[in-house]
Amino acid sequence: MLLRHTPTEVTERKALMINPAKTCQPIGAMYAALGIHGCLPHSHGSQGCCSYHRSTLTRHYKEPVPAATSSFTEGASVFGGQANLLQAIENIFTVYEPEVIAVHTTCLSETIGDDLKQIAHKAERDGKIPEGKYVIGAPTPSYVGSHVTGFSNMVKSMAQLATPGTPKNGKVNIIPGWVEPSDMKEIKRLASMMDIKITLFPDTSGVLDAPLTGEYKMFPEGGVTIKELKDAGGATGTLALGEWCSADAARWLDSKCKVPCTVLDMPFGLTATDRFVDVLRTVAGVSVPDSIANERGQLVDLISDMHQYFYGKKVAIFGDPDQLISMCEFLRSIDMIPVHVITGTPGKAFEKRIKEITADMPGEVNVKAKGDIFQLHQWIKNEPVDLLIGNTYGKYVARDEDIPFLRWGFPILDRQGHQYFPTAGYKGGLRLLESILNLLLDRKDRDDPEETFELVL
Amino acid sequence: MTKTKKMVQWNPTDIKEELLSKYPPKVARKRAKQIMINEASGGEVASAEIVANVRTIPGIITMRGCTYAGCKGVIMGPTRDIVNIVHGPVGCSFYAWLTRRNQTDAGPDGENYIPYCFTTDMQDQDIIFGGEKKLEAAIREAYDLFKPKGICIFATCPVGLIGDDIHAVARKMSAEYEDCNVFAFSCEGYKGVSQSAGHHIANNQVFTHLVGENTTPKEGDYKINLLGEYNIGGDGFEIDRILKKCGISNISTFSGNSTYDQFASAQHADLSCVMCHRSINYVADMLETKYGIPWIKVNFIGARSTAKSLRKIGEYFGDEALIKKINDVIAEEMPEVEAISAEVRTRTEGKTAMIFVGGSRAHHYQDLFAEMGMRTISAGYEFAHRDDYEGRAVIPSLKVDSDSRNIEELTVEADEKYYSPRKTDEEIAALEEAGFKFKEYDGLNKDMEDGSIIIDDLNQYEADKLVEIMKPDVFCAGIKEKYSIQKLGVPMKQLHSYDSGGPYAGFKGAVNFYHEMDRLVNSKVWSYMKAPWQENPELTATFVWE
Repeated sequence: MLLRHTPTEVTERKALMINPAKTCQPIGAMYAALGIHGCLPHSHGSQGCCSYHRSTLTRHYKEPVPAATSSFTEGASVFGGQANLLQAIENIFTVYEPEVIAVHTTCLSETIGDDLKQIAHKAERDGKIPEGKYVIGAPTPSYVGSHVTGFSNMVKSMAQLATPGTPKNGKVNIIPGWVEPSDMKEIKRLASMMDIKITLFPDTSGVLDAPLTGEYKMFPEGGVTIKELKDAGGATGTLALGEWCSADAARWLDSKCKVPCTVLDMPFGLTATDRFVDVLRTVAGVSVPDSIANERGQLVDLISDMHQYFYGKKVAIFGDPDQLISMCEFLRSIDMIPVHVITGTPGKAFEKRIKEITADMPGEVNVKAKGDIFQLHQWIKNEPVDLLIGNTYGKYVARDEDIPFLRWGFPILDRQGHQYFPTAGYKGGLRLLESILNLLLDRKDRDDPEETFELVL
Repeated sequence: MTKTKKMVQWNPTDIKEELLSKYPPKVARKRAKQIMINEASGGEVASAEIVANVRTIPGIITMRGCTYAGCKGVIMGPTRDIVNIVHGPVGCSFYAWLTRRNQTDAGPDGENYIPYCFTTDMQDQDIIFGGEKKLEAAIREAYDLFKPKGICIFATCPVGLIGDDIHAVARKMSAEYEDCNVFAFSCEGYKGVSQSAGHHIANNQVFTHLVGENTTPKEGDYKINLLGEYNIGGDGFEIDRILKKCGISNISTFSGNSTYDQFASAQHADLSCVMCHRSINYVADMLETKYGIPWIKVNFIGARSTAKSLRKIGEYFGDEALIKKINDVIAEEMPEVEAISAEVRTRTEGKTAMIFVGGSRAHHYQDLFAEMGMRTISAGYEFAHRDDYEGRAVIPSLKVDSDSRNIEELTVEADEKYYSPRKTDEEIAALEEAGFKFKEYDGLNKDMEDGSIIIDDLNQYEADKLVEIMKPDVFCAGIKEKYSIQKLGVPMKQLHSYDSGGPYAGFKGAVNFYHEMDRLVNSKVWSYMKAPWQENPELTATFVWE
């Protein structure tokens, strides 16, 4: 047993988090910043922060993740990091030549109270920012919220590039939230099938799925451009996918640029995708083409074909709030039972939403925000499940408890393909169903006694 | 035999100039002192000075991490039966959770906390009002749940800034528990200039709080400590297999596959063998001063280096039975290794490598490459000091700057009760007379060809440039560097974590490495960079139907 010291009996812990189901803000800001075209993320803190975030993102995407750091020393920690950041800005524009530097803070620079806005202004006054280039910044104190909060904060900083009073341009802003490059691409594909012009931000497709050609481009073709972000102030409206990841940016655009917004669930699974498509066509005033209705019908078809294997199966799931809300709804729509649900990210509203989604289940759901995988494991020991869904850290629980395990979320450090194959939209739903069915049937084929082992399933 | 001879279009001086040409003048001046063209091959001329262990310039995309990473991640991470609680916001503990591929063998019932991640998950109110109470409560919760024999506390950046006294909390809790040793590490990420400071902070505390705790003598012949071996990808398992086969008892490994008791018993060894000079040479010195245990430099990377290191251990103990046993083991292990290296060599001879890691590996792995006929044309360390390049002779002349001054140096004296010189002065003199070398490390530079380019704290810009210009057959560094190098069409091997491979130490490890390099440098994938229409883009060609 790998997690051999985890007792079945659950005791209350107030101070010690064990096996977290979250990480800290800056990594989310770094991921979001990679979704801006020509952007170099910059970590204003000690070297280790930047190194750890780059390593984790690289292991997840199997792609280069460039980012710079202010390389704080003890002196900078005492006297403030302004000199380090000014020097960094100058060096970055000279050596790497990005279009934009997206700075995020760390617990270190937040604790000493460095003011990014003031430092960026100074850089501008000192002529360290070349003509036509940008430095944007987001406060991302690691001791508040989680990686999801950091993502949201950087996305909000991106929205703040929008110019109030921009003439209406008929485009729709879509803020996809922390999803894979493949999911962002899928969202764009659905919009283009409806012939709707959108601004998707951030957009890591075309950045973290770069081809191998013998040439390294530090700034690949993809990403939302600064011009598109500026024009976001002239959009018809904003669809924010996910309350935790995307709502803040959308609400800022609403209040400052008078771009109305609606917050939807992330389009994972049938019904959440239905709502996304329905709202998008209403906002844009177009009709949904048959090709999309056809994709939807295929997903419904697969649900009906596979239903006998899903019905009544219990699931334990951990991850980030916006993803879990949509996934739990999807699990319910195929009659699976999410019995244990944990996110490390704080938010009582999360627990409330999950309870609503699971209200029609035979028993009451175990749900916790600010939870950890140690607790999830204890819940599983007390009430076993047929399937575990979560990031790669779940494999230790899955192996010890011998549970089929679907890797879904961040980070996935031991499998590949998530940057290419979406799980969002109707097409993504097909992939999720296929993955879940394969896991359940592989297990059945492994465990069935010889006399009932079946050729046809 | 496929010998690929590369056209040398650049001389090293031009390459250095090219690497520096894009930098702002201040950066160029600093980097110029960290990029050297080697002239010290063979050791006949003393190496020129290289600037190392200095701050990375802000904004320059460095490979380096922080002091916390060196302390918790590298040194304490591989110890399985201590509960490591990281005091800080969640991230630091999360990122160091199982990511360094430290393998361990706890058996079916042994204590093993390596798969766990413990953090106080500091919130804003902890930053404002202080986190000591939360830390104390966290230690209590950990103790109540697991009853471990040791709990270690690691400080992250904000802890130092808000002034939490983690050592006072540790002392208080340690006094409360009879059966649990609680101690702390002030390894805030902003200290020092790289992971190296963290190694030092970790080792100092291990030496202060653990070494010597177990006073019961250890059984076994030819007792050694293996210092600076972290069992990445199972290296330590392979070294232990060989040592056991030779009849050598490994009392403690610092710190691969280690346990509380191993650290606590290190003073029972009769010889310290140093693998990674950078991270641990000072522990070897302290063990000698306090307990009288001499130390030697060893290298188990490369089959020939392994054999040489084993013979060195045999020579130290001077026991004929041991020397014979060692020679028998080498004679038994080497034929397979040599057969495979000869076979692989037909495809690797003359190929070139670049290594930028460590520590020590940028040096050690050159031996392995040499065994396959591969040349290392450029190398350097991520967090080494000058002595790792130029040899220990420069240590007295090393300048203490403001960054190294705040890393504590322990003052150690001979232990009144347990100091016992393992060899008499005469025995030491006789060994030295016969050419045996104690506490010697000549550094990387002497073992590299003249004209090769040695670069300290290589950064992303220089790495990509270097690869574009010199087109090595393989580039070795860490995960952050991996994919930008590979986008250039050059295979990249992680030599921190070994990708998913290993072990590469010892005899079996050497064979694994030969196969891995054969796979990498000869993989067909590197020939697929261009599509046929990109190779021949002219539109005039007519398709010839069958």
